[in-house]
Amino acid sequence: MRTLLIGAALVFLLLFLVLPLLLVFGKALSEGWRAYLAAVGEPVALAAIRLTLLTTAIVVPFNLLFGLAAAWSIAKFEFRGKNLLVTMIDLPFSVSPVIAGMLFVLLFGAQGLWGPWLQAHGIKIIFALPGIVLATAFVTAPLVARELIPLMRSQGVEEEEAAVTLGAGGWQTFFRVSLPKIRWGLFYGVILCTARSVGEFGAVSVVSGHIRGLTTTVPLHVEMLYNEYQFTAAFAVASLLTIVALVTLVLKGLIEWRAGAGEAGR
Amino acid sequence: MRERERGVLPGFGLALGFTLAYLGLLVFIPLGALVLKAATSDGGHLLSTVLAPRTLAAYRLSLGTALVAALINVLFGLLLAWVLERYDFPGKRLIDGLVDLPFALPTAVAGIALTTVYASNGWVGQHLARLGIQVSYTPLGIIAALTFVGLPFVVRTVQPVLRELPAAIEEAAASMGASRLQTFLRLILPELAPAAATGFTLALARGLGEYGSVIFIAGNMPMKSEITPLLIMIKLEEYDYAGATAVALAFLLVSFLILLLVNMLSMRSGVRAPAA
Repeated sequence: MRTLLIGAALVFLLLFLVLPLLLVFGKALSEGWRAYLAAVGEPVALAAIRLTLLTTAIVVPFNLLFGLAAAWSIAKFEFRGKNLLVTMIDLPFSVSPVIAGMLFVLLFGAQGLWGPWLQAHGIKIIFALPGIVLATAFVTAPLVARELIPLMRSQGVEEEEAAVTLGAGGWQTFFRVSLPKIRWGLFYGVILCTARSVGEFGAVSVVSGHIRGLTTTVPLHVEMLYNEYQFTAAFAVASLLTIVALVTLVLKGLIEWRAGAGEAGR
Repeated sequence: MRERERGVLPGFGLALGFTLAYLGLLVFIPLGALVLKAATSDGGHLLSTVLAPRTLAAYRLSLGTALVAALINVLFGLLLAWVLERYDFPGKRLIDGLVDLPFALPTAVAGIALTTVYASNGWVGQHLARLGIQVSYTPLGIIAALTFVGLPFVVRTVQPVLRELPAAIEEAAASMGASRLQTFLRLILPELAPAAATGFTLALARGLGEYGSVIFIAGNMPMKSEITPLLIMIKLEEYDYAGATAVALAFLLVSFLILLLVNMLSMRSGVRAPAA
C-alpha cells in the first residue's frame, strides 16, 4: 500500500512538474550552448531583462511597505472592519490577471476615463513602464502582507508594549523589537513577491502593447519567440525564468530551515 | 482595555492610513473604473454580450475546466500530503520543496513547457496519441495546465492539519480492528475535509482567472477551447471596452463569491490559506 501510494504521488509529480521542468532546459540547450547564449544575449532579450528588473525593483519595495503597514495595523491593533480589511487585501488574488490589466486600461487607456487628459499632457501610462508597474503591483500586492499578518498576529504585542513602556520610541520599537522577530517571514514574502513580479504575464500582457524591445518583459519576450516558432530561443529565455523560480524554492527551503533552527534554539 | 491597548503602541494611524491609501489607489479605484464603465455603457449591449453564445461557452469552459482541475488537485493533493507527512523515502525533502514550483514558475513558462510535453509528438503526448488521446490544443490541455497551476494549494492546506493529527489515532483504530480504509474514511478524512475544501476553493479561484499557462495549450477556438480571460483579451484588442467590461464584471462576481466561500471556510476551520 505504502509503495503504491508513494508511486502514484511520484508519477503525478513527474507528469506535471518534473517533465516540464526538464523539458525547459532540454529544449533550451537542444542547439548547443552557442545558440543558447545567442538567444539570451540578443539585444531585445537584454532589453526585456532590463525592463523586468526595473519593474521588479519598483514594485517589490512598494509591496513590502504595504505588507509591513497592513500587518502592523492588523496584527497589533483591534479595530472595526478588520476582517473585511483582511479580505480586501486578498482581493487581487481572486481577480484574473487579465481583468487586473484591463482595469488600468479602463483608467488610463486612450479611450479610458483619464486617457484624453493624459494624452493632452503627454503622459503615457498604458503601453509604457508605468502601466506595467501598476499591473504587476496589483497582482503581487497581497504576497508580503499575507506572509506577515499571521506571523505578527501569532507573536502578540507584549514585547512591543514592554519596549514602549520602558521608553523606546515607535520606530525604535519597530526596528529593534518587531523587525528581527519577523525577518524570515519578511524575507520569504519579498522573495515570493520578486519571483511573481519577474514572471507576471497576463496582467502585463494587457497593458504592455508588446512593443518589441521597449515594453516587452521577459515572459512576454518568451511568448513572442514561441509564437514565431523560435522554440529554442523561447525555451532559452524561459530557462532564465525557470532558474529564478528554482532559486526561489531553494531560498524558501533555507528560510524554513533557518527559521525552524531559530525557534528550536530559543 | 481595548482603548488602552491601542494607546500603548504607536503607529496605528500611519500604518492603517498607508494600507488603505495603497489599497484604494491600486485596487479600489481601478475596480471602481470597471463598475463605472459598466454603469455608463449601453445596458442592452452589456446584456447581449454576456448572454452571447460565445461568452456563455467561455464561462462554461472556464468553470468546467477549473472545477475538474481543482477536483484532481484535491485527490492528488490529499495523496501528496499523506505521502509527505506519513512516509519516509529518499528525496522526500526535495519533493516537498518542488511542490511549490507552480507558485514560483512564471505561468508563460509553464504553458509552453506543458504544451510541448503533451503535444502529439511530445514526451508524454506521443504515448497518449497512440491511445487516441489528444491533450494539447483541447480542453484536456486546459485541465492539465490548471492542474499544474493549482497543485500546491491542497497539499499546503492539508499538510499542517495532517502533521497535527497524531499517528496514534490511526494505530489505535487499527488495533481495535478497523481496516485501513475504514480508519482513513471515518477518522482521518473528516479531520482533513475543511482544509481540503479551503485548498479546493483556492485552486478553483486561481484556475478561473488563469491566463498565461492556458493560452499556449488551449488551442483557443471560439466556442470550443476559448477561456474567459482570453475572450476578455480579444474584446480589448478589438477596442470593445464595453463588451470586455460586461464579460469581466459577470465573471468577477462569480470569482468573488468563491473568495467569500474560501474565507468563510477557513474562518470556520482555522486553516491558513497559503499565498497563491
